[in-house]
Amino acid sequence: MSLKEKYSQEIEQILAKYPPEHKRSAVMPLIYMAQREGGYVTKEEMAEIAAIVGITETEVASLIGFYTLFHDKKEGIYRLQICTDLPCALRGADRFLRDVCDHLGIQPGETTPDGLFTVEEVKCLAACDHAPVMQVQSPQGIEYHEQLTLDMTIGLLDALRQAEEAE
Amino acid sequence: MAHILLRHRDIPDIDQLDVYVQNGGFAAFKKAVTTMQPDEVTEEVKASGLRGRGGAGFPTGLKWSFMDKNNWPHYVVANADESEPGTFKDREIMERNPFQFLEGVAIAAYAVGAHRAYVYLRGEFWQVAAWLDEKIAEMEAAGYLGENLFGTEYSLKIYTHLGAGAYICGEETALLESLEGKRGQPRIRPPFPPSYGLYGKPTVVNNVETLANVPYIIANGAQAYRQFGTEKSPGVKIFSLSGNVNKPGNYELPLGATFRELIYEYGGGIQDGHKIKAIMPAGASSAVIVANDEALDTPMDYENVQNVGSMLGSASVIVIDDTFDMDWVVAKTIEFFKHESCGKCTPCREGNYWMLNIIERIEEGEGSPQDVQLLDNVAHQMQGKCLCALGEFATMAVTTSIERFPEDFAKRVGGQHE
Ligand SMILES: Cc1cc2nc3c(=O)[nH]c(=O)nc-3n(C[C@H](O)[C@H](O)[C@H](O)COP(=O)(O)O)c2cc1C
Ligand code: FES
Repeated sequence: MSLKEKYSQEIEQILAKYPPEHKRSAVMPLIYMAQREGGYVTKEEMAEIAAIVGITETEVASLIGFYTLFHDKKEGIYRLQICTDLPCALRGADRFLRDVCDHLGIQPGETTPDGLFTVEEVKCLAACDHAPVMQVQSPQGIEYHEQLTLDMTIGLLDALRQAEEAE
Repeated sequence: MAHILLRHRDIPDIDQLDVYVQNGGFAAFKKAVTTMQPDEVTEEVKASGLRGRGGAGFPTGLKWSFMDKNNWPHYVVANADESEPGTFKDREIMERNPFQFLEGVAIAAYAVGAHRAYVYLRGEFWQVAAWLDEKIAEMEAAGYLGENLFGTEYSLKIYTHLGAGAYICGEETALLESLEGKRGQPRIRPPFPPSYGLYGKPTVVNNVETLANVPYIIANGAQAYRQFGTEKSPGVKIFSLSGNVNKPGNYELPLGATFRELIYEYGGGIQDGHKIKAIMPAGASSAVIVANDEALDTPMDYENVQNVGSMLGSASVIVIDDTFDMDWVVAKTIEFFKHESCGKCTPCREGNYWMLNIIERIEEGEGSPQDVQLLDNVAHQMQGKCLCALGEFATMAVTTSIERFPEDFAKRVGGQHE
């Protein structure tokens, strides 16, 4: 199904936020919309977004390449983005990242064999006073989890796994 | 003292419209629109001495007065990109005291004659954006946004726009490019946004915290605002305190409070009884200060922090204790800037690449004293050569750590430090 068929109303709402002669501004919200369900944007969707805002497909692809929250490849359904930037690292974030990776049996950047979780090391998330911090990017949006312990994190991952199995 | 910005700490439900209104909410906006000329609003903000809280400290009223009145429409863009490592104040304002920030946006828009304002949030603030959308809708329903506000001709709409994970989009011209649907890369300045901004039209870009100060100034007057802070740095500031302190968090203090007050009185001192070693007052972009008594007794305002060889910036105070080595700290900051360099300017793109190479060698224990010198050289080569300040920021911790903590590097490369 094309984006227009699936999301016609949402596309109109997005376009309405910008002056009609500057439709191009809608490109980022449209990319978010397109990748929401599957976690990444397909070639066909890029072409459709390009047509909606009046730019080339290559330009859309280049934006997806430039911004780290846009994806053009399928990875885990849940991207576990753990901050290891300086302020968090001063409070044990590197250790936390290692522990989560060990628990899942993967390295940063890898996806679990069941396709559920990808662990990513990310830069400051503006929650440095609550280190360790993890952001979960998924079809449900982007959620913050703060002041984590390994036990809490395992609990969270188990809950996500169960929810996924129930579906 | 009651808070000016973090008012939710005194009035927990201030994120509810009726509670905000009961506590004087939107009175400043109404006063501006119904009793003041736009230029009078700008003059009041000028007189308050308010300076930009996003890092550069530019006088806010002066910026507004630069808007080109021969070129329309005008725009206001709130910078909610908040990506400097160690900064987490704008998020607290938007999450807990959202109407005060939005009222600040509205007053700024009225002052410069804008009928459309955007809040550009970093992509990670997805939940915050959804929350602001709700608050904006409540304001529209209650007649604080929309057409013919307070029975006048003035109309205003505010929209949120999400970035998607790029530190550079906090730089105002890169932010505008991004808002136009392009890659977030800085523009050549001048022209500055008040003459050439969003869609090439005059635009005011202000930080969230800057704008959150404005309702107080308009409601109470510039003189009342000047009772806080110092003569040259008036007002209050939110200090984001992070790193090796017992109580990290946001603290709203008058400008001119000392590092010692912030770290020991409010932050509860250093963790696990360790000793304080270094302070980065402006996040990862800071020149590093040796945390001796002189530094600790320095007032945190725009002038005095400069006098001890650093900058106040966005006042994201990262505290480092004596269990950490500064070469490791520098490795962290270089990793950050290498990742975030947008790639437009060669010295920044290549310089960060090489700095990362060298510091990795040093951290793996393969470095030599010459490598430390080389690192310092590369950093100095980058300075003053890039379109935006990112290239500069990337070198600050590097050069100052090598200069001020030579023994940490000497230890790692096996050389003797003289
Ligand atoms: C690399 C870079 C990153 C920046 N990031 C931010 C940011 O995240 N938030 C912000 O308000 N200002 C940031 N700034 C400063 C803005 O360019 C601009 O000065 C500011 O938004 C102006 O608002 P103010 O005068 O209210 O501070 C950044 C600047 C540079 C060079
Ligand atoms: S350093 Fe991790 S959230 Fe800021």
